[in-house]
Amino acid sequence: MKAWQIIVGILVILVILAIAVISWGIRVNNTIIAKEQTAEESWGNVQSSYQRRADLIPNLVEMVKGYAKHERDVFAQVTEARAKATSMNINLGELTPEKLAQLQQAQQALSAGIGRLLAVAENYPQLKASDNFRDLQVQLEGTENRINVARNRYNASCKDYNTYIKLFFQRIIAGMRGSQPKPYFEAEAGAEVAPEVRF
Amino acid sequence: MLNERVRIGRVSFLLLWVLLTVTSVARDIPDYQGFVSDYANLLSGSERTSLEMKLREFNSSTSTQIAVLTINSLEGETIEDFAIRVAEKWKVGQKGLDNGAILLISKNDHRLRIEVGQGLEGIIPDIIAGRIINNIIVPEFKAGNFSRGIDGGVEAMMSAAKQEYDAIPGKPPTAAGRSGRTVGNLIYLLIMAAFLPVFIFGGLSRRRRGLFWGGPFGGFFMGGGGFGGHSSGGGGGFSGFGGGSFGGGGASGGW
Repeated sequence: MKAWQIIVGILVILVILAIAVISWGIRVNNTIIAKEQTAEESWGNVQSSYQRRADLIPNLVEMVKGYAKHERDVFAQVTEARAKATSMNINLGELTPEKLAQLQQAQQALSAGIGRLLAVAENYPQLKASDNFRDLQVQLEGTENRINVARNRYNASCKDYNTYIKLFFQRIIAGMRGSQPKPYFEAEAGAEVAPEVRF
Repeated sequence: MLNERVRIGRVSFLLLWVLLTVTSVARDIPDYQGFVSDYANLLSGSERTSLEMKLREFNSSTSTQIAVLTINSLEGETIEDFAIRVAEKWKVGQKGLDNGAILLISKNDHRLRIEVGQGLEGIIPDIIAGRIINNIIVPEFKAGNFSRGIDGGVEAMMSAAKQEYDAIPGKPPTAAGRSGRTVGNLIYLLIMAAFLPVFIFGGLSRRRRGLFWGGPFGGFFMGGGGFGGHSSGGGGGFSGFGGGSFGGGGASGGW
């Protein structure tokens, strides 16, 4: 064999290897993009389900106000918690564990506020028995359930994405892309416990 | 740095394992036996058959799928969590339309829920689902009339779901849906014909893989797969649910 033949042979092998590596890289890159999109979609659903709940609150406040005008600090607290919760609109790309914790805290404050409002309503049998109030309660339960479902699905898609970008070889591409693992929702401590009631 | 990452990886793997173990503790999701799956034996044989026929007929005339599931116990899980797991496994409703709903009843827990598919949330909003539960089903259940409650509930769900389909003027719902699809397919065929040479010659270089199924032909022949279970003949048979998705809409109640 002549020297030039060996060199050409090596070059051909190198080119084939390079093509293999690049096409693998492209495939991994595409998979990361697809998983990121799924996570983004599920994050969008989390935010819209939170928004859906926030949209119900003015209605609920008005309805309870009609019966219990004097519960001013409860109304103020709920309105403030709502304003704070709705002001937090975070893109998934900017979501850090700290920001997610803040968001969860704001949403929990809002849950507590809703709990206090409902507790106030308990004292007014006429309000409680009204069709409007019952419908609103059904809607509230519905949004809570949607939030729950959306959060679970976000966590699942997040887990899928995080697991993938941490795989041994995939990590290289993820590093080149600058893909960061995304934070999970923590189970809320005491979420199952009825909100505190003070009069 | 790498060690750190490996550690994080291990920890998250452990967490995943714990999560899987925890979820596997939850009750198994039963298989469906048709539109009606009466594991708690709340219906007699003939009641069950007539309800099944009614739901099949409804499926073939509107493509909306309503499933009924009765169980003995939730085994400690909330009805909301159980219902969404059933919905995710059964995939009631047509793919893309997401027009499915599930009436779930747990006998010993005295809890029930109407889980509404994402495509039906507009016409069966939570309020309507709540009213069907509280005004129609619960009074019958309280009196011990399970079959009357279930039947009345299903009837109410059907008439609520029909509103949207009836709103299409002129043709009956399925006819409208089908002709729409035919026109779509025709346009697709025309486009296909125009590009046929490109596909064939382009396909040759792609070897066997992409030529037929992987190419745009695949899209055509696979298209409409979501309508599985939407049988065209008479009362229609049951060949599984169509792949609808749910987002947690609906309402729960108790008796």
